[in-house]
Amino acid sequence: MFAAFDNFPALLIWLPLIGGLLSFFIKNERSVKAWSLFSSILTLALFAVSLFYTDQKHYALNSVSYVWLPEIGSSFALLLDGMSRILCLLTAVSFPLIFASTYSSSYRNPNAFYGLMLLTQCGLMGVFLAVDALAFYFFWELALIPAYFLVSQWGGERRIQAAFKFFIYTFAGSLFLLIGIIYVYLKTPDQSFSLVSFYQVQLTAGEQGWLFWMFFVAFAIKMPIFPFHTWQPDAYEQSPTAVTMVLSGIMVKMGLFATLRWLIVMFPDAVRQFDNVVIGLSIVGMLYASCVALVQDDLKRLVAYSSIAHIGLMAASVFTLNLLSLQGLLVQMFNHGINIIGLWIVVFLIEKQTGIRKISQLGGLAQKAPALAIMLVIIALANIALPLTNAFVGEFMMFAGLYKFSPWYAAAAGLSIILSAVYTLNMIKNVFYGNLNAVTQGFKEIVLHEGVILAMIVVLIFFVGVYPEPMFNMIRSASEMIIGKFIK
Amino acid sequence: MTKLTYLIPLFPLIGFLVNGLGRRMVPKSVAGLIGSASVLASFILSVLVFMEVRVDGFTAQEVKLFSFIKTAGLDIPFAFQIDQLSSLFLLIITGVGFLIHVYSAAYMHEEEPQHYARYFAYLNLFVFSMLLLVLGANYVIMFIGWEGVGLCSYLLIGYWFKNGDYNDAAKKAFVMNRIGDLGFLLAVFWMIGQFGSTSFGVIFPKVDATAPAVLTGITLLLFVGATGKSAQIPLYTWLPDAMAGPTPVSALIHAATMVTAGIYMIARSNIMYTLAPITPTVVAVIGLATALFAATIAIQQNDIKKVLAYSTVSQLGLMFLGLGVGAYTGAVFHVMTHAFFKALLFLGAGSVIHAMHHEQDIRNMGGLKKHLPITHFTFLIGCIAIAGIPPFSGFFSKDEILMGAFAHSPVLYFIGTFSALLTAFYMFRLYAMTFLGQFRGTQEQQLHVHESPAAMTVPLIVLALLAIVAGFVGVPEVFIKDAHWLEKFLAPVFAASTAKQGEHVVSHSTEYALMGGTVLAILVVMVYALKKFGNYSKTAEPATGFARVLENKWYVDEIYDAVISRPLRGFSVFLNNVMERSVIDGVVNGTGKFIQYSSRQFRWLQSGQVGSYILIMVVATVVFFIIQIFGK
Amino acid sequence: MPINYYIFLAVALFSIGVIGVLTRRNAIIVFMCIELMLNAVNLLLVAFSKMHYANAVTFNPGTTTGAEAQLFVFFIMVVAAAEVSVGLAIIVMMYRNIHSVDINFLNRLKH
Repeated sequence: MFAAFDNFPALLIWLPLIGGLLSFFIKNERSVKAWSLFSSILTLALFAVSLFYTDQKHYALNSVSYVWLPEIGSSFALLLDGMSRILCLLTAVSFPLIFASTYSSSYRNPNAFYGLMLLTQCGLMGVFLAVDALAFYFFWELALIPAYFLVSQWGGERRIQAAFKFFIYTFAGSLFLLIGIIYVYLKTPDQSFSLVSFYQVQLTAGEQGWLFWMFFVAFAIKMPIFPFHTWQPDAYEQSPTAVTMVLSGIMVKMGLFATLRWLIVMFPDAVRQFDNVVIGLSIVGMLYASCVALVQDDLKRLVAYSSIAHIGLMAASVFTLNLLSLQGLLVQMFNHGINIIGLWIVVFLIEKQTGIRKISQLGGLAQKAPALAIMLVIIALANIALPLTNAFVGEFMMFAGLYKFSPWYAAAAGLSIILSAVYTLNMIKNVFYGNLNAVTQGFKEIVLHEGVILAMIVVLIFFVGVYPEPMFNMIRSASEMIIGKFIK
Repeated sequence: MTKLTYLIPLFPLIGFLVNGLGRRMVPKSVAGLIGSASVLASFILSVLVFMEVRVDGFTAQEVKLFSFIKTAGLDIPFAFQIDQLSSLFLLIITGVGFLIHVYSAAYMHEEEPQHYARYFAYLNLFVFSMLLLVLGANYVIMFIGWEGVGLCSYLLIGYWFKNGDYNDAAKKAFVMNRIGDLGFLLAVFWMIGQFGSTSFGVIFPKVDATAPAVLTGITLLLFVGATGKSAQIPLYTWLPDAMAGPTPVSALIHAATMVTAGIYMIARSNIMYTLAPITPTVVAVIGLATALFAATIAIQQNDIKKVLAYSTVSQLGLMFLGLGVGAYTGAVFHVMTHAFFKALLFLGAGSVIHAMHHEQDIRNMGGLKKHLPITHFTFLIGCIAIAGIPPFSGFFSKDEILMGAFAHSPVLYFIGTFSALLTAFYMFRLYAMTFLGQFRGTQEQQLHVHESPAAMTVPLIVLALLAIVAGFVGVPEVFIKDAHWLEKFLAPVFAASTAKQGEHVVSHSTEYALMGGTVLAILVVMVYALKKFGNYSKTAEPATGFARVLENKWYVDEIYDAVISRPLRGFSVFLNNVMERSVIDGVVNGTGKFIQYSSRQFRWLQSGQVGSYILIMVVATVVFFIIQIFGK
Repeated sequence: MPINYYIFLAVALFSIGVIGVLTRRNAIIVFMCIELMLNAVNLLLVAFSKMHYANAVTFNPGTTTGAEAQLFVFFIMVVAAAEVSVGLAIIVMMYRNIHSVDINFLNRLKH
C-alpha cells in the first residue's frame, strides 16, 4: 500500500502531512515557524516541478491509486488534472505566503498551531486531488477538523461560539453529502466509489432532484452562498488572520471545486431543472452581501462579506454551463484566492500595529505607510476587477457566460460591481486617507519582508491580468471535458 | 512604423514605473523630466504615425501583440488599430498631454519630492490608459483603457489625500464611472453573443445584417457608458466635484482627454449608431439637454474651476448632439478644438490660482489684467474661441455641429444656439470678473501676485496659438470649396455611415444667414457680459429665487443623495441588522435552540421513576400486540 | 368447562395485577400484585394443560400431552418465591433507612 510515492499527487499530500506531524514535536517557536515555512515552500517547489510534466505521456506521474477498501469498492485514488492543478497551485502558493506574512506574530503553543495549519494544507490538497468519492469525503472532513481547532483555540473573544457554529453547520451539510454519496454508490454499475463510475451512474430525474440538493446543500454551506452564509462572517472575524486566509482563500474553493467535479456531471437533468433557482440565489446573495458590506464597520467583516459576493458570482457561473464562464471560473478561483489573501495580509498588518479593526477608528494611514497604502489600493482594486488585474479576466468571462445564459441575470449581477466599488473605496478612504488620529499616530511603515510578500502578490496580479494565457492552458482541457460530458 | 506602435503607450508606462517605484530616490527635477519626456517621445512617435496615415489611400491596420483571452468561440487579442481616427486622437492626447506635463512641473513645485514623483507617475499612467483606449482594436482593450482612465482620475482627484472632501469627490467620480461601465460591459457581452467577437474588424462589417432592435440595445448600453465617462445627464455630477484635484489634472483629464473617451467610442462605433433606429435621437436629445442644463448652472457659479467644469459638461453635450445628428466629423473636430481651448482655459485658471495663492473664488479676484499679462491674453483668446467667434477655432467646430443639427431639425439648432449664447455669457462673465475691474483680493495677495514662470506660460501660448489656427483644418464648404481637410482625412472612418445617411443639404444662403445671426448674437451677449461684470463689486446679498436654484446646481446632488444614497444605506442597515441577525441567523440559531429545547423535553422521559418506565413498557407491549393482531 | 372461562379469569387476574403494579404506592401491595400476575399465568398454564390432555386422551389414552405446562408452573412458582424473598429483603432494608414503603420515594435511579 505504501509503495507508490514516486508521483506528484501522493507527494503533494504526504509532504504537508509529514511536515505538520513533525511540527507538533518542535517546541521552539522560531524553529517551528521556520520549519513550517520551509515545508510549505518545499511543497510549492514540488508543485512547480510537476508543472513540467503535465502532458499526456506523463500521466503515470500525475495519478495514483492505493488499495484501500476493496471490499466496498473504494480505492485511495488521486489525480492531478487541469482542474485540480490550478487549485493545488493556489494551495501551494498560498501557504508560503500565509506563513511568511504572519511570521512576526506569536501564537501560544506554536507547535500545535503550525502543525494544524500544515494538516489543513494536507486535507485541502487531498480534496482537490481525490477521484474516489470516499477518499474525497475523507479529505473533506480532514480539512475541516484542524480548522475547528485553529479557530477555537487561537481566535478572538467569541471564538468558541464562532468555531462551534462553523463546525456544526458545515458538518451537518457534510452529512447530507455522505448520504448522497452512499446512495449514488449503491446505484453505480460496478459498486465502486471511483469518480469514473460515479460519472456513469444512470439516475432517474426524481432521484437526481433530491440527490442534487443533498450534494448541493453541503457545497453551498461550504462556499458559502446565500442563505447558508451566516457562519462565515463570525468565523472569519473571530479566527486569527492566518487561519482566515486559509478559510477564505482556499477552503471556499472546496465547495466550488466539488460542485464542478462531482455535482454537475452526475446530475445533468437536475442541474438543468434547478439552474435558475441556484443562479437566482447566488445573484441575490451577491447583491445582499454587497449591500451589507456597505455598512460594516469591522474590517474583517467587510472583507468577509465582499468574499461572499465574489463567490456568489462564481457559483452562478458554474450553473450557466458554457465554456466561457467555466474557464473564467477556474481561472478566477486562483485569482480570488490570491487577491483575498493579499487583502487579509493588509488587514493583518494593520491589526498587528494598531490592534483595532474598526474602520471608524482608523484613518490617515497613507501618511505614515505609503507603501502599504499603495499595495492595498492595488489589491483592493484587483478585488473589484479593475482591468489589467487578474480578477478582470476571470470576472469578464464569467459575466459574459452569465449574459449568454440570461442578460437580465447579468445585468442584476452587474450591479454588484458598482456596490463593490463603493464599499471598497469607502474602506480605503476611511482607513488610509483623511487625517491621522490618536490610534494611528504611531503607525510605522511596513518592513521589507512584508513589503516583498505584498509586492509578489501585486506582481502576480498584474502578470495574470495582462497575460492570462498560461492559466488558460492549464485548465482548458478540464473545462472542455466538463462541458463535453454535459452536452452528451 | 506601425509595427512600432506599441512603443507609444510603452513610454508613458515606463515613465509611470520609474517615477512610481523610484519616487523616493528621484529628485523633483528629474521626475518632471522623465514624466514630460516620456510623453514627448510618444508625441514624436504619434507624429510619425500620423505622417504615415495621412497618405492618401491608407487603410486601417491592426497590430496584434499577443493573445489576451482565447477560448472556444471567443478570441480577444491584445491588438492596436491604427487608422485616421486613432492617429488624430493620439496627436491630441500626447500633444496636449506633453504641454500639461511641462506646465505641471512648475505648478506642482510646492509638493514634496515623493509626492511630486507620485503626481507624475499618476499622470503618466493616465496617458498610458488613454492611449490604450484610443489604440485598442477591440472593445475589450478599449474597456481596459476606459477603466484605467477612471482609475487614474480617482487617483489624481484624490491626490491631496489628507482632505476628506477631495477623497469623497474622487470616490464619487469612480463610482459614477463604474455605473456607466456596467452599461458598457453589458453592451460588450451582447456583442459577444451577437457577433462572436469584440474586434472592430469583425463587428462592423456584420452590422448591416443585424436586427435594428439589437443595434438599438447595444448602442444604448454603450451610450450609458459614455454618459458616465463623458459626464452627461444623469451621470455628470462627478465632474464639477472633480475640480478638487490639481488644476493641470482638470485640464488634462476633465477637459481634453478622458471625458472625450465617450465621444471617441461613439465615433469609432459610428456605423452602429447610424443604423440603430432610436439611439441617435436619444444621444442628441441627452447631449442637448446636458448642454443647456450645464450652461444654466455655469452662469451662477463663483468658483473659477467650477465654471470651467460646467462649461466642459456643456461642450461635451454639444459634441454628443453632433454625434446624434450624424455629424461625426463635426463632433471629432470639436473634440480637437475643445481640447485646445479648454486646456488653455484650465491652465490659465491654474496660473491665476497660482498667482492668487490658491484663491479660487472669482468674486475675490479682479483687475488681474495688468498683473498677469500673458495669462490674461491667452485666457481671452480661449474665451473668444469657446464662445464661437470667428475666425477662432471654436467657431468652425461649433458651427459644423449646429449646421448638422439644423439639417435634422431646426428646434435642435435653436436650443443649441441658445446654449452657445449662454456659453458666451458665462465665459465672458468669468473673464470680466477675473481680469477686469478693480482688484478685490486681500492686501497679502496683491503684494504677491505675479506672472507665472515660463514653464507655465509657454504651454499657454502654444495652446492659444492652436486655439486660433486649429479651426482652419475644417473650413466648411460655404466659405471655401473643398477646404475641409479634416473631413477628407476622417472620411474612411465614417465612410460606411456617410453612405447610409441621407444628404442633408442646407442651402448656402440659409447657412450664411444662420451663421451670421448666431455670431452677431454672440457678440451682443459678449458685450453685455463685459459691460455687466466689467466693474464688478462685491455685493453681500445672497442669490435669491431662481438664481439660487442655479447656484445650487438645481439641487441635483441633493436629489441623488436623497433618492439613491440614503435609501441604499438605509436598506443596507436594515439588511445587516434585521435580515442578517434576526431572520437568517435566527433560523440557524433557532435550529440549534430548537434541538436543545427538544432534548430538554426528551430528558423528562428519563425521570428515574421506575413506575413510569413500567407503564411505558406495558403500553408498548399492548400496542405491539394490537399491531400484530389487527395489522395483518 | 369451556376454556374461555379460564382465559377470562386469568386475563382478569393479570390485568388487576398490572394495574395494581402501576397504580399502587405501597411497595408490599405492588409485590402482591406481581404475585397475582404470576399466579394468573399459572392458572392459565394449568387450564391449557388440562385442555390439551382432554383433547388428546380420546385418541390416545396414556398420553402425556400438557405435562410440560404443569412443569412450567413449578418453574414459575420457584422464581416467584425467589423473587419475593429477595424483594422483601430489599424492602425491609429500605424501610430501615427511610421508614417508608412508598415507591414514589424510591426514585433514586435518577440520581
